Amino acid sequence: MRHERIEKSVNLMMVLIVITISIGGIVELIPLMLSSDATEPDENIAPYSALRLAGRDVYVREGCYNCHSQQIRPFRSETERYGPYSTAGEFVYDRPFQFGSKRTGPDLARVGGRYSDEWQRLHLMDPRALVPQSNMPGYPWLAENTLDPELVTAKLETLQMLGDPYTDEQIAAAAGEVEGKSEMDAIIAYLQELGTNRRARR
Amino acid sequence: MDKAASYNDTVVRQFAIMTVIWGVVGMLVGVVIAAQLMWPQLNFDVPFLTYSRLRPLHTNAVIFAFGGSALFATSYYVVQRTCHVRLALGKLAAFTFWGWQAIIVLAAITLPLGITQSKEYAELEWPIDLLIAVVWVAYALVFFVTIGKRRVKHIYVANWFYGAFIITVAVLHIFNNLAVPVTLTKSYIIYTGVVDAMMQWWYGHNAVGFFLTAGFLGMMYYFVPKQAGRPVYSYRLSVVHFWSLIAVYMWAGPHHLHYTSLADWAQTLGMVFSVILLAPSWGGMINGIMTLSGAWHKLRSDPILKFMIVALSFYGMSTFEGPMMSIKTVNALSHYTEWTIGHVHSGALGWVAMMTIGSLYCLIPRLYNRDSMYSTRLIDVHFWTSTIGVVLYAVSMWVAGIGEGLMSRAVNADGTLTYAFIEIMSAKYPYYGMRLVGGLIFFAGMLVMVYNVWKTVSDRKAVPVAVLDPA
Repeated sequence: MRHERIEKSVNLMMVLIVITISIGGIVELIPLMLSSDATEPDENIAPYSALRLAGRDVYVREGCYNCHSQQIRPFRSETERYGPYSTAGEFVYDRPFQFGSKRTGPDLARVGGRYSDEWQRLHLMDPRALVPQSNMPGYPWLAENTLDPELVTAKLETLQMLGDPYTDEQIAAAAGEVEGKSEMDAIIAYLQELGTNRRARR
Repeated sequence: MDKAASYNDTVVRQFAIMTVIWGVVGMLVGVVIAAQLMWPQLNFDVPFLTYSRLRPLHTNAVIFAFGGSALFATSYYVVQRTCHVRLALGKLAAFTFWGWQAIIVLAAITLPLGITQSKEYAELEWPIDLLIAVVWVAYALVFFVTIGKRRVKHIYVANWFYGAFIITVAVLHIFNNLAVPVTLTKSYIIYTGVVDAMMQWWYGHNAVGFFLTAGFLGMMYYFVPKQAGRPVYSYRLSVVHFWSLIAVYMWAGPHHLHYTSLADWAQTLGMVFSVILLAPSWGGMINGIMTLSGAWHKLRSDPILKFMIVALSFYGMSTFEGPMMSIKTVNALSHYTEWTIGHVHSGALGWVAMMTIGSLYCLIPRLYNRDSMYSTRLIDVHFWTSTIGVVLYAVSMWVAGIGEGLMSRAVNADGTLTYAFIEIMSAKYPYYGMRLVGGLIFFAGMLVMVYNVWKTVSDRKAVPVAVLDPA
């Protein structure tokens, strides 16, 4: 076909553009969606508890992904620094994924249990109190904001609807789990569990 | 004059002026967050002034407010001139202007408040996403109906690129943002984990490929020949590189996920297509630069052409660097480092911003019934501030990034790591300073532009321009 024909018909051009741009996405996305490797949880991976989910949503709201990755690559230097490399089955309850694309701060995929709760609290209040050279902002308001139990319940219900395996009992207990807790409590609970399904060698 | 006999330049003027304003705002936020990385005290412990909330505001403002307004302005101008017809659906075109500005204002309010999906360049929450989809469909209607009413047989090459950009961004935006709302300000995306990651970078890379590349190539294909007074270098090259560019770009997303837990086959596909992408990208660069054949002497006296040629040069450099960074062994070093930031800005400042600025200096006098901008000397000043600014920016981030990558993987003879994370981080402070200076210089140039544009348009009354009969 001569290109002239396409140039003279806006409809033909639109149809051909749609076909041309569709192929790549279809080939790369559909098999992945159907692959059990990409969608089934690893051992020891369960949906986030109500408090940790609330903590994860604080992480998402504050935009932590702008500086922190959650994805350890299979390199000697990375497994040495951060722990065992990440696998797809560790992220199947992550909405959205938070792999990140920049490490202004360190990777957090296995930060769970690495520091005490108190260290995390002090560090989030004022990072330079613990790490003088750090350029991380402080997040002191997290300690003042309390969680909304109703909202957390609604979140769990939405996730259940999306297919995450929450039981009705878990949803009924959600409000009690977060009652009176601060956003600081929640994000620390979230961070302290991150990557603990597999332990570092030391 | 009968309305149908004149071009609809009102909406073009509105978008063109807002391009300049959003450029200043978006780059100012960029300067602020660059300073925050240097002096974290500047976060002031205030939630809406905190880096992690402002950085998405910066990226959204420069891409969608500055870049988006530039694409609306130039595509509406170009489609009318090259189709020899007034813009179709005037009221809908006006709606796209007010709708797009509303989206920008909503973004500027919600992002600092922490209302975000935390997917890069797709941070905006679902109500704004819906509004974007509506405005975008209106944009597509205005653009394609105008082409349908054209008075010439052939669709001009610039419109192929604008058209592909409009169609593809609609597809990307809709699929990447499929989410179920919990409240008005919070939703959960329907994908999880690596599937979400693949969807996001299929979107994210093509936001670069179509929003920041195909659209701006459309701009290039009209304004470079116009300003140079020469025809496009090669028709055949434009056909070949158009179809190959839009086909290949769509496969390249997985290079943002090298060595992650994304399936290996997808990473390999992403790498292979990213390397291939060098060819269609350089096809566009060559076609643009060679359009100056026989008109190279104009670079001596015309700073607008200088903007365009340097923009094309940065396009060529970034689209060489990109495929190199997509090779897994290179990416192992560059990923997660400042190198990526350097790469992005050589594309965003060097290519996108400089092509926009050059095109606006060509466009704005025509919209206000003048032969040229108020001051050509100030355009030259702006050209040099931009060039020096982007070079300082890119070089500092390259050095910081490569240093950071090498320090991250350094090991001692006994196999232990040589550097703690904080040592690597603190080694970058001098380069953060240099980047801030580069950014400030680029920003200062934008202020010169504001002054020059103000002096050009403030005492002018816009006059309707008659639709030209086809030759």
